[in-house]
Amino acid sequence: MSKYAVNRFLFQIDRDPVLLAAYKADPEAMVARWEAEMAPYLGPWGQTVERSSVVTLSAEERRMLVEHDYVGLFEMGAHYFLTLTIFIGIYEEDYMTSSGPLAFQKEYRDKLSHWIGKQYPSVAL
Amino acid sequence: MATLSAVLATTHHPFFYKATELTPPEEQMPQAAEWKSKVEAYRETLTAAEPELLVMVGSDHFHQFFYDNYPTFLIGKQARYDATFYNEIREFGMPTYELEGHEELSGFMFQGLLDRGFDFSVSSELKIDHSIICPIITTRPDGDLPIVPIYTNIFAPPLPSPKRFYDLGRAIREIIDEFPSDKRVAAIGSGHLSLELGGPRMFEEHGPDPEWDVQAIEWLANGDIESILENVTWESMSTSGNATPGFLDLILMLGIAGPEKAAYVDDLDLYHTREMYMTWYPDGDPRKAEHRKEAAA
Repeated sequence: MSKYAVNRFLFQIDRDPVLLAAYKADPEAMVARWEAEMAPYLGPWGQTVERSSVVTLSAEERRMLVEHDYVGLFEMGAHYFLTLTIFIGIYEEDYMTSSGPLAFQKEYRDKLSHWIGKQYPSVAL
Repeated sequence: MATLSAVLATTHHPFFYKATELTPPEEQMPQAAEWKSKVEAYRETLTAAEPELLVMVGSDHFHQFFYDNYPTFLIGKQARYDATFYNEIREFGMPTYELEGHEELSGFMFQGLLDRGFDFSVSSELKIDHSIICPIITTRPDGDLPIVPIYTNIFAPPLPSPKRFYDLGRAIREIIDEFPSDKRVAAIGSGHLSLELGGPRMFEEHGPDPEWDVQAIEWLANGDIESILENVTWESMSTSGNATPGFLDLILMLGIAGPEKAAYVDDLDLYHTREMYMTWYPDGDPRKAEHRKEAAA
């Protein structure tokens, strides 16, 4: 399990409106592009000289990112703030239009309701 | 020596500006007017202290700090600071700011912290996020005073202990008191009461643990650091909500104020979270002086 790699994907995509739009439109293509062009370089700041071999996704992590599976991400211990922020960025406006304010946030919350009263998966790396 | 004229500890609610300024009145939430009036009353507690520069305590929300190199405690030392990041403008409608810095106090603070055993990181290119801009919006919306920003990790566990946050506040207090300047300094820090983000208790009608919120406010308002240190741990905070460790920055602010009763305490129960507005006056309550002046006249 490579929480660091998953967190880095969420961090890098969420801070760039062009990448975020690409991740919304075609998640599989964006994840593949990130793995090919961004993950192999040191750090999350977009530099493209220094290489780094430590950032790799498992098949299951790749699936969760491709499927926007925020429940799975919560359960593997991806950081809750990164996960919440990026998927609000992707879904909030569409949900707002169809179902009103906070509709996406409430659906997200309710999909995690089986965790109420239990100790959540740790976000520590 | 500098005068510490006020210490403010508050929750930061990134939706305040959007809810009260960007939303047309007919679409505002029912509590918007009360929220705004409580914030304006709180702002008066800072204005009355006539500060000339601000020591600001907050926490980066994965904007500039990431797991490749995450500082536990960091101070900015710059002549100016840009503020608010793309994704918080997108989500919260945050305004941007350019705030003046106070390099001299930043440098004095950095050295003073090292001398007291707090091995800080330092940045010369720190961009400020909503943990500092929310209290600027609520307490000094013109952003017209120079700042010294101090960032803590309340976000990427494992974290330092509650006692360490309190002791850091005590050290910051000593350093402000020793700062060779005739300036009036206010310290403003933001954090959280019980809070859940990205979990099954977020965006409910109240915060995730309303009873704990009332208790936590009472501890802070009474300056009761003993009860805080007896009862507050990483585990206890996490039980009250996954983002409740933001309370650590409020403990830090109590450290700056010292174990004293607060002069001003207010709160507002909102959906998702309870807001808290608290002020101490280490140099005496300037609002009482105003009353005396008015009575004499």
